Amino acid sequence: MREVIIEVKNIYKIFGDAPKKALALLKKGVTKDEIFRRTSQTIGIYDASFEIYKGEIFVIMGLSGSGKSTMVRLMNRLIEPTSGQVYLDGDEITAMSQSELRKSRREKISMVFQSFALMPHMNVIDNVAFGLELGGMKKNERYEKALNALEQVGLKDYSFSYPDELSGGMQQRVGLARALANDPRVLLMDEAFSALDPLIRAEMQDELLKLQAEHERTIVFISHDLDEAMKLGDRIAIMQGGVVVQIGTPDEILKNPVNDYVRSFFRGVNVGGIMTARDIASLQQVTIIQKDGNGTLAALQTLHEHDREFGYIVDKKRKYLGVVSVDSLKAKPKRDSIDLAFIKEVEPVLETTYLNDLMGAVAKSPCAVPVVNEQGKYVGAISKAALLESLDYNWEEEE
Amino acid sequence: MATAANPWGTQAPATPPNNDWLINDSNSKVLHHFDWLNPFDGTLVPFDKWVEHALNWTVENFRGVFQAIRVPVDGTLSLLENFFQAIPPTVFIVLMALLAWQIAGKKLAFGTFVSLVIIGLIGAWSEMMVTLSLVFTSVIFCMIIGLPLGIWIARSDRASSIIRPILDAMQTTPAFVYLVPVVMLFGIGNVPGVVVTIIFALPPLIRLTNLGIRQVPEDLIEVSQSFGASPWQMLFRVQLPVAMPTIMAGINQTLMLSLSMVVFASMIAVGGLGQMVLRGIGRLDMGLAAVGGLGIVLLAVVLDRMTQALGLREKVMHRQRIKWYKKGPIGLLYTITCQKEKK
Ligand SMILES: Nc1ncnc2c1ncn2[C@@H]1O[C@H](COP(=O)(O)OP(=O)(O)OP(=O)(O)O)[C@@H](O)[C@H]1O
Ligand SMILES: [Mg+2]
Repeated sequence: MREVIIEVKNIYKIFGDAPKKALALLKKGVTKDEIFRRTSQTIGIYDASFEIYKGEIFVIMGLSGSGKSTMVRLMNRLIEPTSGQVYLDGDEITAMSQSELRKSRREKISMVFQSFALMPHMNVIDNVAFGLELGGMKKNERYEKALNALEQVGLKDYSFSYPDELSGGMQQRVGLARALANDPRVLLMDEAFSALDPLIRAEMQDELLKLQAEHERTIVFISHDLDEAMKLGDRIAIMQGGVVVQIGTPDEILKNPVNDYVRSFFRGVNVGGIMTARDIASLQQVTIIQKDGNGTLAALQTLHEHDREFGYIVDKKRKYLGVVSVDSLKAKPKRDSIDLAFIKEVEPVLETTYLNDLMGAVAKSPCAVPVVNEQGKYVGAISKAALLESLDYNWEEEE
Repeated sequence: MATAANPWGTQAPATPPNNDWLINDSNSKVLHHFDWLNPFDGTLVPFDKWVEHALNWTVENFRGVFQAIRVPVDGTLSLLENFFQAIPPTVFIVLMALLAWQIAGKKLAFGTFVSLVIIGLIGAWSEMMVTLSLVFTSVIFCMIIGLPLGIWIARSDRASSIIRPILDAMQTTPAFVYLVPVVMLFGIGNVPGVVVTIIFALPPLIRLTNLGIRQVPEDLIEVSQSFGASPWQMLFRVQLPVAMPTIMAGINQTLMLSLSMVVFASMIAVGGLGQMVLRGIGRLDMGLAAVGGLGIVLLAVVLDRMTQALGLREKVMHRQRIKWYKKGPIGLLYTITCQKEKK
């Protein structure tokens, strides 16, 4: 089992002055909107329990108002929960005294904000060193660390500029550097990239992955954007109306959405970067011929029986050998070994290949492309039609 | 005591001659013929008397307290006055012009120079110095009182709901109303003058300090919290610096209002430019009044521009990234010495 760094346990958060009343209604199964109408209490989080593992990028997704911001703010206790506990590294954040809490915030957990939130009266380096300064670090030392952090995000040359002299993307990188300067165990990022244009955004995502690869750090990342979540997330939590409805790897959620809400998230998602050849390889639709001592004639007969153009040849252990076609078989003498009739252009693809990288091979191939696993065993074939269909996958139709 | 309690007794035949306000039989008389259609014929609640008694009582019992308040005010005032009176006018004008150059630029330096020279030429120099020391004393005390109060009501809604009506009262009550009580408590002279000025000039500083701090964007507060700022760090590293332009506007307002009180304050024997105006009006000597008036206006313009520049300075500095010691006359000095060192 992996090491847990953040544990959220039965957290409830109700905004308003009479949380008890709202909680009672909630337990009776009254909906969030109804509770708001009746008591004007808002359900922020409803009974959330999950764990975040050390070193993973944990993405929280959900529609606007589903409680994502509330959730991360509970993790560093910018918001007090109505009930429940949050543990950081084994310590109960929700039970700490103010001074313990400050210490944890200075040393263990930092946050990057959607609105950048840089101090307008401080230059870049002072902004980055802000957390260290609060911790009482000497100027030389904290400037050194701040410069280091600025270098990581590629803004060292702007150390003495003021935030209003930087572009949005640069400001966000300063925000990231400020969080990195403390060298926290956990980085909370509340829609940190939402305000950026697609190009800078992709750049920042890569930067984040690079930083993550260099230092093993836990990142809790809120995103609206599924492609971003898929790209960054080791695991994704999906929130709906204050409830965490599903947690899992992108793949798991994609393939087994628990309800229509989750499914609707994945509608129109570019599956080419998530699904692999193995997911859509089909064992039907083609004829598999086990190689035996018989020559091309036997193979030709089998194809005629199945009324197929192409045949996929495997050995007794189902190891893939090659593809033959009616034409290629006919071109050879009857007694020749079947090997001589293999169509050269058809190359097998590995089952772990993403659909996006498969398109060239499938387009060029005269027949369905054979898929093999690491050991070279045949696992199926992908036809042009099958690939196109899966790329245009409508997740709602799957039942 | 008896006459003090009812100084207008002669012109009020409706009020009985009885001086004892607690067992005022006029009330019973009025009640006797109480007319429900005209219930407010007589004074049912003798608020005026209560105030008078409370004031007298305060004067008698708390004289010591008010005398104690006098001490720091008096000390600051005479220190400043001696200082200003001791500086030779030429030196003062040059220093002020250089200061204006430093914080705002050559244009204001020139304006300051001309204004001060004019004040000197029309013979209002020493009066201006008195006024200046008065105004500065008032601003200093306004800052000492106003900044902490402003910070306090920015952090506590309850404090805010208590203090704000008091500020409203301070701003709307005509100065004449509290002039007399202040004289009763402090006596006549410069100190009550400063006190009256403070009462009048304090509210905007408190309000703007409060406003500036409350207007600090929520996300900056959240950032500070998330990085583990203590309440003091939050105040001094984030809230006050971000609110500084607004607070400076408050100081500017306080300064201007203090200056606008000088004529009024001179009614209780406070000297300076205000006294000139007042005496001029009293003797129908329009020339004297105009001299005082012109002095006040010129002084106001100079002080206003200088404090405004102080509020803007930080922003300008940020954009140009020029350190204060590399600008203005000090910058000149700096470059000259640097060049010498290089040689
Ligand atoms: N301070 C607050 N007082 C009252 N209600 C609040 C407060 N903060 C959040 N809420 C409510 O809690 C719910 C969840 O808000 P939250 O900000 O966590 O949503 P979110 O998922 O982050 O949405 P978005 O994607 O728009 O940022 C919303 O219904 C919101 O109205
Ligand atoms: Mg949010």
